[in-house]
Amino acid sequence: MSQAVLDRLAARFTGGELVATGSQHGDEWARTRRDTWLSVATFLRDDPTTKMEMFIDLTAVDRFGRLGPGMVGTDPPRFDVVLHVYSVSLKHRLRLYVGVPEEDPSVDSLVPVWAGADWFEREAYDLYGVRFKGHPDLRRILMYPEFVGHPLRKDYPKEKRQPLVRRHVGGND
Amino acid sequence: MGFEFHTSSLKAAVNWARKFSLFQYPFVTACCGMEFMSVAAPKYDIARFGAEFPRFSPRQADLLIIVGTITERQGPALRRIYDQMCEPKWVVAFGVCASTGGFYQNYSTMPGADQVVPVDVYIPGCPPRPEQVLDGLILLQERIQRGEGHSQIAIEAERGYDVPLASIRPIGERQLGTGHGPETGKKS
Repeated sequence: MSQAVLDRLAARFTGGELVATGSQHGDEWARTRRDTWLSVATFLRDDPTTKMEMFIDLTAVDRFGRLGPGMVGTDPPRFDVVLHVYSVSLKHRLRLYVGVPEEDPSVDSLVPVWAGADWFEREAYDLYGVRFKGHPDLRRILMYPEFVGHPLRKDYPKEKRQPLVRRHVGGND
Repeated sequence: MGFEFHTSSLKAAVNWARKFSLFQYPFVTACCGMEFMSVAAPKYDIARFGAEFPRFSPRQADLLIIVGTITERQGPALRRIYDQMCEPKWVVAFGVCASTGGFYQNYSTMPGADQVVPVDVYIPGCPPRPEQVLDGLILLQERIQRGEGHSQIAIEAERGYDVPLASIRPIGERQLGTGHGPETGKKS
């Protein structure tokens, strides 16, 4: 229902900033490059034909060797950062992907664009280890500071616990 | 002989008084809290068993009711609350999450509150029905009467009294007990 947004993005970003676009179950998505993540997001918020005032969600996906939507090639980036935004005035929404490689898991922070992204980026950092450049306070938000690693990465052992306190040394777990 | 007879009778009287005057501290973290409210409210009415008065400071309570999922992150807080309570004190794990971790089997959930505090009675269920909770409370009262609470055993052991159960069950660290009593059937 927001094909107009994709058309507008395609008209504005002609230099390869948009890697791919698509539509799934009535919702449109677009994939952008890492270096244009912030500029595409800023455009989505500010352009009068898109007007994405409302930040809905930001999270990460560990593709772990699989291809995400719009990914091509044999060596895809391991992580996707996924953004959902909505325009209250124009009543349309968009999902925006950006691939983040394992060697340098970082991408520009969107807190300067939508303040609501703050805690969502902290969560993505906490659970997936994606660094958001320019974030004002990138700390863990769910796990405790003593926790080592990022538990929602596919290579984190499913039941590996890192207890803070136990009655007996070497308790059940 | 007469003296020994006298102390054991006194102990029975004291434990009788304790079991009908439990001041509970509800450590409510999850959905089991709804069932806990139901137990405390007039329909099921835990007041009939002398445990009607929730204290919201652990320093005024002697029964810690752990209601809901305990995460690893909450462990230090739960331990501190237990340490702040007056002795003798008792702990009830309310629901499977507090007892074993329940269906959570992952990086963040503690596999049972007995990992950090000694639990006297485990009440299974997801959530347990109010009748089960009352049953668990009666079970706890029976244990209190017999002097079997972890903290009761620890106190007796520290004073050097001869307590039947303390003599047949090894006590690890002082004030901690063994972690699983005879009625629970829980394996370590």
